Amino acid sequence: MSRNLYDLIGLVAAVCFILALKGLSHPKTARRGNLIGAAGATIATLLVFFFTGNKGESEYHSLPLHHFGLILGAVALGLLVGVPAARKVQMTQMPQLVALFNGVGGGAAALVAIVEYLKLGSGASTAAVYATVFTVIVGSVSFSGSIITFAKLQELMTTRPVVFPGGRFLIAANLAGVFAAGGWVINSGGNKPLLVLGGLSLLFGVLFVLPVGGADVPIVISLLNAFTGLTVAASGYVLQTTLLIVAGTLVGASGTILTRLMAEAMGRSLFKTLFGAFTAKPQEASGSAEVRPVKSGSPEDVAILLNYARRVVIVPGFGLAVAQAQHTVREMADVLAAKGIDVAYGIHAVAGRMPGHMNVLLAEANVPYEQLQEMDEVNPTFAQTDVALVIGANDVVNPAAKNSPGCPIYGMPILEVADAANVVFLKRSMRPGFAGIENELLYDPKTTLLFGDAKDTLTKVVSALKNL
Amino acid sequence: MMSNGLALLSIFTLSVFVGFEVVSKVSSTLHTPLMSGANAIHGVILVGAIVVADHASNNLELSLALVAIVLATINMVGGFVVTDRMLEMFKAKKK
Repeated sequence: MSRNLYDLIGLVAAVCFILALKGLSHPKTARRGNLIGAAGATIATLLVFFFTGNKGESEYHSLPLHHFGLILGAVALGLLVGVPAARKVQMTQMPQLVALFNGVGGGAAALVAIVEYLKLGSGASTAAVYATVFTVIVGSVSFSGSIITFAKLQELMTTRPVVFPGGRFLIAANLAGVFAAGGWVINSGGNKPLLVLGGLSLLFGVLFVLPVGGADVPIVISLLNAFTGLTVAASGYVLQTTLLIVAGTLVGASGTILTRLMAEAMGRSLFKTLFGAFTAKPQEASGSAEVRPVKSGSPEDVAILLNYARRVVIVPGFGLAVAQAQHTVREMADVLAAKGIDVAYGIHAVAGRMPGHMNVLLAEANVPYEQLQEMDEVNPTFAQTDVALVIGANDVVNPAAKNSPGCPIYGMPILEVADAANVVFLKRSMRPGFAGIENELLYDPKTTLLFGDAKDTLTKVVSALKNL
Repeated sequence: MMSNGLALLSIFTLSVFVGFEVVSKVSSTLHTPLMSGANAIHGVILVGAIVVADHASNNLELSLALVAIVLATINMVGGFVVTDRMLEMFKAKKK
């Protein structure tokens, strides 16, 4: 296949990627969008196997590719690992899988740039050397950072920020080392500097993610996703391949926007989220010494409250998913809807373990997406809501985010459940949420607490509702 | 006629704007699948990995390139499959 034809079909693949991202932005077209993206990726991959270059030019070579068998073997191995992992993963474990896939992509991009650099040797252009340095740094950071993120989410290690004495200096020294090694590669070239650069960058990825607390991990995944995109774009520059530049840049740009949207949803600047971790002392869970009275009820009490409501808003949190209670919630919503009660789900942008995660978990339980309302949509309706049912969520409804400056979640927009006539919290215990902050709303006279496992309790509520 | 480097830089710059534009109006409902789908798209580094494997002139280069192919395939194929699985579940209300 000639260079022109190759570039032309490459352009088709690039358009597929743009259409894919566009399609992914609406529930109706999302699935088709993803399939268009997959088609683009397939076209792009098949294309390489038929590229020969123009006869008589230096890039001309005969087919099949060198090491054809080994290449196919490596692709097959990737398929054997990737497809079953994607098929079997639980929806609750989605964030760690995305982190892992992102990490291996970053690793692959770094390796591609390294191999190309080794081959070019002293023949590499200045721009290609700079692009290689960028790719190795960002790709390695993305790789090791994603692995640590994966370990945190999979709870292979603590989810709390890991802060140690002198950590800040170590990370600053590490960063300086990365830049110095980058300069070394650019000035003297050769394999040893590149190896040092890769090693230091891997270490930086680890040190960068360690101090990030569990609640901020989604932002890190999204940021690393954008990083990997840019890495791919830079390796496209090294290889002079337009398609890689377009695809990588699209992901880099969209990843940046997503990261910003997420940081906004948590009510803080991106800078603070990422670098706040270096300065913050680990928050001790403020276990209140005094025991204050709370109103707790039985599943039957809650069923009665729900039965006579006109509008019910369900606010789900990760606790719901942990208890695997999504299906029971949907069953309850169906029972309520059959009684003519208006039911909606109020979904905070950061409910779950990554943005939009809760929507996926509820979609898995066949909740129609029209019922899933975003914060801006649902907040004005709480005043007309009879019961706000908070299941396994805490920080996203905590008024401390509005009222107590200085608390870690201060400034985060919350779901205003306090505006509803009644608030019901389904909780396992009085333990504060992920961020470790006391929730005043629990002591409010209009709040009823329902203790127990979310799934068991909801099952009782459903059967009580059916008997009413 | 632009130099090759400048042409690539133009492509990069324009892609940044396209990337910003296409996702700026995404509802948070779809953030997870979008992130996962975008993740799969950068798996197209597989193309680069295959190209460098073809060029490899010694065993070190070849081994590194083959590792890159395995990793990139996992990223690309796994990413699209898992995104499809998620999106399959997003259904509208049955009328």
